[in-house]
Amino acid sequence: MAAAPTRLQSSKQFNNYNFREYFLRRSRESFKQNMTLQKPEEVSRAFLDAKEELGILKRQGVISQMYTFDKLVVEPLDNKHH
Amino acid sequence: MLRSSFVRAHRISSTATAAISRYALRPNGNTSIRRSLASSASTVAKAVESDDGLSIETHTDVQAANKEQTNIRTASNSIKSTTDGISSGTTALNHAYRENTGYGTRPIYLDMQATTPTDPRVLDTMLKYYTGLYGNPHSNTHSYGWETNKAVEAAREYVADVINANSKEIIFTSGATESNNMVVKGVARFYSKTKKHIITTKTEHKCVIEAARAMMNEGFDVTFLNVDANGLVDLKELEDAIRPDTCLVSVMAVNNEIGVIQPLKEIGSICKKHKVYFHTDAAQAYGKIPIDVNEMNIDLLSISSHKIYGPKGIGALYVRRRPRVRLEPLLSGGGQERGLRSGTLAPPNVAGFGEAARIMKTEYENDKKHIERLSKKLVDGLLANDHTNLNGSALHRYPGCINVSFAYVEGESLLMALRDIALSSGSACTSASLEPSYVLHALGKDDAMAHSSIRFGIGRFTTEAEVDYVIKAISERVKFLRELSPLWEMVQEGIDLDSIEWSGH
Ligand SMILES: Cc1ncc(COP(=O)(O)O)c(C=O)c1O
Repeated sequence: MAAAPTRLQSSKQFNNYNFREYFLRRSRESFKQNMTLQKPEEVSRAFLDAKEELGILKRQGVISQMYTFDKLVVEPLDNKHH
Repeated sequence: MLRSSFVRAHRISSTATAAISRYALRPNGNTSIRRSLASSASTVAKAVESDDGLSIETHTDVQAANKEQTNIRTASNSIKSTTDGISSGTTALNHAYRENTGYGTRPIYLDMQATTPTDPRVLDTMLKYYTGLYGNPHSNTHSYGWETNKAVEAAREYVADVINANSKEIIFTSGATESNNMVVKGVARFYSKTKKHIITTKTEHKCVIEAARAMMNEGFDVTFLNVDANGLVDLKELEDAIRPDTCLVSVMAVNNEIGVIQPLKEIGSICKKHKVYFHTDAAQAYGKIPIDVNEMNIDLLSISSHKIYGPKGIGALYVRRRPRVRLEPLLSGGGQERGLRSGTLAPPNVAGFGEAARIMKTEYENDKKHIERLSKKLVDGLLANDHTNLNGSALHRYPGCINVSFAYVEGESLLMALRDIALSSGSACTSASLEPSYVLHALGKDDAMAHSSIRFGIGRFTTEAEVDYVIKAISERVKFLRELSPLWEMVQEGIDLDSIEWSGH
């Protein structure tokens, strides 16, 4: 899926730790799952879903950066990944 | 050294027993610390300049939080140096944070039974209805109304789909509290000419219990069924309690404090056999355990959106259409929602709720796998400590709700010492008062046990790192508090804890 690497990148945009970790995990998992798809209609379905989700991640990633909160006690402060 | 002076001050003698109230570990100083925390928290939001010169209100307050934390520490230090006897609580507070700087300050959220974070996908759906699509869904003369009406009906489908219901059977309400009230009061009132009896259980959520109590004032008999030590209702007892004038049996699906799953299918078939309506409060169960209203013979079912990563302030009631369940509406008005719940629907909330329900279904397997894995890890980690036990059935349970008792530690003190983890000692409605949980009492736990219980909620967004942190933090601080605890000392001296009269409630 061409959309997967960009989904990963968009997931990293989340300022919120829990959302970021969740979407990173889910993007990786669904990428792996989709690799095994064979039927053309399944592949195109997965592609459309991934594209839609990419749009959501992009918008919500931006919103997450507009409304930021303290980092959690499990989050290192110097983690400059975005 | 300080610790030993504390212990000396509270050395148990035959006359001092009464002094061991549950406040023994909470000197007065804590309340002022709490208050100063709250006041400084209100000043944290500050404006930040963005690249293009726009000023955005933001909530970044790492600095403020650091300062605040330093203040708490100095405050507790000063208390410690001025008094000798009561230093324990503040010492515990010093341990309430990981001393390790270089990490954030915001607590880990583990109170998923109280409410869940709103899923970004849900918010993405909702925003449209706060910006362009603002029509009243009941306006049928123009496209503004049609647009939102379409969204509402799509959401209704998603909500119905999770429990294998028809979308016509879903009534949107303000939440599970309203749904539960609607059922207990509405069904009882509708059939009040011939039926005067309601059956429910002792471990229900407060809103069912209080609604049932209210019906007692209207002349109804209410049977509150006991539960066994595992928190499960006895099916025989339930069947025996059904009378010819029973109109409703209301048993919750998943308990909000202990996570126990009641045998819905069995209860459903008993109710069907005796022709009484079966209502289940599925606020904590909807989308999290498999529910099929037809297979389980459920006639009415309450749902809350904010427990499934949806918006707050909305929920639904499933009302069976065939055979039709009749109920008297609580609200009179324009007759929306099949006349059962008048009032304009809130399309942002409805659409968000629908999206949350849709995601609960599509992500069911992933969420289940994730929550089960973390839950097992947390339970194993917590129970590895001495004198801890899991409350409620170990078999019939939703893994995302874990209630553990830490004997000889006072639950509220532990919560005070766990400022870096957002937890609760029970349901949100009883945690404000210091009453021990009535749910744990119903399981036959004594006051001491009920006081020392903490509920952990794991959800879709909980991470493994958080679980590791929690296990470590709890284990350390339970050990620490026990060393301070007069109770722990009494146990080691062989004093029977049941002889203590708890004061303060
Ligand atoms: C079992 C149960 N029923 C009802 C409610 C109330 O739900 P709501 O907040 O939607 O009114 C809750 C949550 O607080 C709950 O856990």
